[in-house]
Amino acid sequence: MIDFPILTLLVLVPAIGSLVVAFISNRQPDLVKVVALLTSVLTGGMALWTLFAFKKADSGFQFVSQHSWIKEWGISWHLGVDGISIFLVVLTGILFPLVIAGVDPHHDHKRYLSWMLLLEAGVMGSFISLDLFLFFVFFEIVLVPMYFLIGGWGYDDRVYAATKFFLFTMVGSAFMLVGIIATAVIAKADNGAVTFDLIKIAENGSFAAGTGRWLFFAFAIAFAVKVPLFPLHTWLPDAHTQAPTGGSVILAGVLLKLGTYGLLRFGVYLFPEAAVWARPVFLTLATIGILWGAIAATMQTDLKRLVAYSSVAHLGFIVLGTFALTSQAITGGVLQNINHGISTGALFLLVGMIYERRHTREIAKLKGLQKVAPVFAAAFMIVMLSSIGVPGLNGFVGEFLVLIGSFATARWWVVVAAVGVILAALYLLWAYQRVFHGEPDDDNKSFRELRWKEGMLLLPFIAIIVFAGVYPKPMLDRIEPSVDKLLEHVSQHSSWQVPVVEKGEG
Amino acid sequence: MGVLAAETLKGPSIAWFDLSPLLVLLSGAMVLLVVAALTPQWPKRCYSSFSAVIALVTIGLCFPLWHRIDVDGPSTLVGGAVHFDKMTIWVTLTIGLAVFLASLLSDDYLRREGLEGPEVYALFMLAAIGGIVMAASNDLVVLFLGLEILSITLYVLAASHRKRLRSQEAGLKYFVLGGFSSAIFLYGIALVYGGTGSTNFDAMLRALANTVPTKGRDDAILLAGVALLVVGLAFKVAAVPFHFWTPDVYEGSPTPVTAFMASAAKAAAFAAMLRVLLQGLPNFSRDYRPVLWVLAILTVFGGSIMAVVQTNVKRMLAFSSISHAGFMLVGVEAAAHAAGGPGNDGRSSVLLYTLIYTVLVMGTFGIVTAVSRTGDNATDLAAFRGLGRSRPVLAFGMTILLLAQAGVPLTSGFVAKFGVIRAAVEAKSYSVAVVAMVAAVIAAFLYLRIMISMWIAEPEAGDDQREEVRLPVYLTVAISLSVAFTLFVGFFPGWLIDLAP
Repeated sequence: MIDFPILTLLVLVPAIGSLVVAFISNRQPDLVKVVALLTSVLTGGMALWTLFAFKKADSGFQFVSQHSWIKEWGISWHLGVDGISIFLVVLTGILFPLVIAGVDPHHDHKRYLSWMLLLEAGVMGSFISLDLFLFFVFFEIVLVPMYFLIGGWGYDDRVYAATKFFLFTMVGSAFMLVGIIATAVIAKADNGAVTFDLIKIAENGSFAAGTGRWLFFAFAIAFAVKVPLFPLHTWLPDAHTQAPTGGSVILAGVLLKLGTYGLLRFGVYLFPEAAVWARPVFLTLATIGILWGAIAATMQTDLKRLVAYSSVAHLGFIVLGTFALTSQAITGGVLQNINHGISTGALFLLVGMIYERRHTREIAKLKGLQKVAPVFAAAFMIVMLSSIGVPGLNGFVGEFLVLIGSFATARWWVVVAAVGVILAALYLLWAYQRVFHGEPDDDNKSFRELRWKEGMLLLPFIAIIVFAGVYPKPMLDRIEPSVDKLLEHVSQHSSWQVPVVEKGEG
Repeated sequence: MGVLAAETLKGPSIAWFDLSPLLVLLSGAMVLLVVAALTPQWPKRCYSSFSAVIALVTIGLCFPLWHRIDVDGPSTLVGGAVHFDKMTIWVTLTIGLAVFLASLLSDDYLRREGLEGPEVYALFMLAAIGGIVMAASNDLVVLFLGLEILSITLYVLAASHRKRLRSQEAGLKYFVLGGFSSAIFLYGIALVYGGTGSTNFDAMLRALANTVPTKGRDDAILLAGVALLVVGLAFKVAAVPFHFWTPDVYEGSPTPVTAFMASAAKAAAFAAMLRVLLQGLPNFSRDYRPVLWVLAILTVFGGSIMAVVQTNVKRMLAFSSISHAGFMLVGVEAAAHAAGGPGNDGRSSVLLYTLIYTVLVMGTFGIVTAVSRTGDNATDLAAFRGLGRSRPVLAFGMTILLLAQAGVPLTSGFVAKFGVIRAAVEAKSYSVAVVAMVAAVIAAFLYLRIMISMWIAEPEAGDDQREEVRLPVYLTVAISLSVAFTLFVGFFPGWLIDLAP
């Protein structure tokens, strides 16, 4: 293996960058920005390097680094990536520099960027932790910068939204913390000593059905809030709408993924028996979320809130795929994590640009933008179509894999959920029609066309959208081995029979 | 009478060095009271420096004593009256830290308020003696002695702001209710003495070992005694529903005194609780454990919920300290599962919590001291408005301390909470662990409110006319130490967990 502690650096570099930014004098705003950008670009570069050095046939954890941290409690600094997490790491590495370069806060750059980099460190850490305690630390740390980003740089109702976000997530974490400790303590019998090591507990732990289900519940509730799963989703529209553009992009792009990723890594992997047992509940909630999110999105008058509700629907698909427990569905779900991050991230950027120009996000006040800003409209159109899931763009691949993969094991849920795909087309196209079509009236006439800088910012998003839509194989090749390994683990530790499906090309 | 003359009264042999922390504190207090009474006002910072040095010497003495226990094992002193074990030294260390930080907090405060003098420092040291005696006691009467020394000094300290009516009120309120609870505790001692024939823990254990397995557990007198002892202790740790004095006393007392009460007094009371319940009355653990269970849940929830509706930061922190006491009770409840047995992590988790909370709360109230401005009255939320703009470093320090109180990872507060929750889970008290964590979320809302006020709230008219927040040297040192400790333990908790007895 490679000795270079690349994963440790993925966490430390942004964390140190955050500290450095915090200590730069207020009188040097340019320096602040340069340092922040360099830090995030360096982190992104390392994430990409990890992707290229990633062995695609290897289904286990790679680049593992493990050091004892709190010996007394059996806690270690244990990091590693596999096919399920690698693209989330890359997504995090890509999104942060883009947001830092492309979206300026309206005041106080220094503190904003400092929180942003701390957020990046926390998110990175959550995706690569292989120790329950360490994961919890990162999972919780993420709250603090996000809270301040929403509260400090958001819109009118920002304090309410930030507080709601913080408290909702923390309630979930409260259960998870007790769950984590109980897991480690109960698994002591199997491991010989108390350890918080994910792999050791998952491989050696044998929980009685009743115990395992309670523990699974404790974890699942934290992740269900984060995803967010219906009916715990009410914090999301507020947080998304009130957050500054950069915050929304990160929130939708990577933060929500902590939930879906957590369900897979810490729910299904640790407690396969309980996950199989709880399948109907999660499938049902996911399906309700898909429809609820879509219907609610249709009824929104605020463009940003519409995108926020669409996230509820999209993440429902990922949870559906996760709990369908077939290779294709989970792979599709993992892929959909990335797709949603890119598409919705780009949508939030575009909505942010509209707000910057018009100082409103009310759909009713926008009209005919296509006439005055055709390039902008084209960019919006591509991103929107990817979000709808039009074939040839990235959204299609993930959603299709989820639906087809789930058909064998969760037929009726899929039948209902598929309606969500149509609804997605309805609310997005309808919104597009109202905002971009027609004759521009008063204020909309002076709507500025896409500038170079904005175009450069959107270009990477659109490139990924098209590339991942046309040629998803490199991604699928890396995700699938780890997913298969996980399913094998599930079938060994529970009564679950993974249906054999012929593998297609996606 | 020749007989009397021939018989010299023979006292127990005393290992003076093992009692040295107490002696240092006592002589410090005496010197301050006697010498300062005979000399004119000492120059600026002399009283507080003297007190801080005495506290540091006390802390310093803990290390050789700790080493001695490591080598020779624990023992009892003064004829079995007090324990000389790691727990005693740990609490000595905790209270020594509290005296040290409280002295630094009081330095500029007393000058600002026009109260400069040696009395407060002397009282801190005397209170520390009381607290240490409580924590070390191996006898209910000795424990009561310590309790009274601590309580009476605290009554005076609470009322020590002579120019503030609320401070007088706090002192009186605390005195009346505290006296009441002391009486209850004393009555408990009397009943237990009646049931066992002794107040010494070892003798009590021997007596109970003979009676409890047969008919003793139904002994009404003993059970009533145990109940009264628990109530008396619950009052001292401010557990709901015996908490009613806390908000008024905390709000009215001078802020450094509030800090001292929340830290040293709490540490001493919890240590005493552990001594009485685990070492004196382990046979009754099945009787008092459900009581502790209820107290813990009421306290975490009550403290958190009542904290949320407050608008005065000192009151908020008073209720938050109740909520923290609830967490410590979670640890006590966990420890009670193993009472009389080989012991579990419950006790060490409570002791760890008290030490961490001592430093944490000292820093927090240190910042409140600075923000409360001359007159010690500016303690409502509005006083913190705009602190992020005018004093960003101070506001950042406060943010870290508040996040630690909320139990966010990488701060000492998380380590403390993790410790007690872990102990509770190991003792299979899952329900109390979950309830405590959920209550912590409610409490987090209150810390968020202070942070919002500091960082996010828009400035209002009149904010410019407020007196500027000053940061004198000693106060700055105390706050910095507290923040540094909070972060250091958050990142590297291993050594401290290892030490906790």
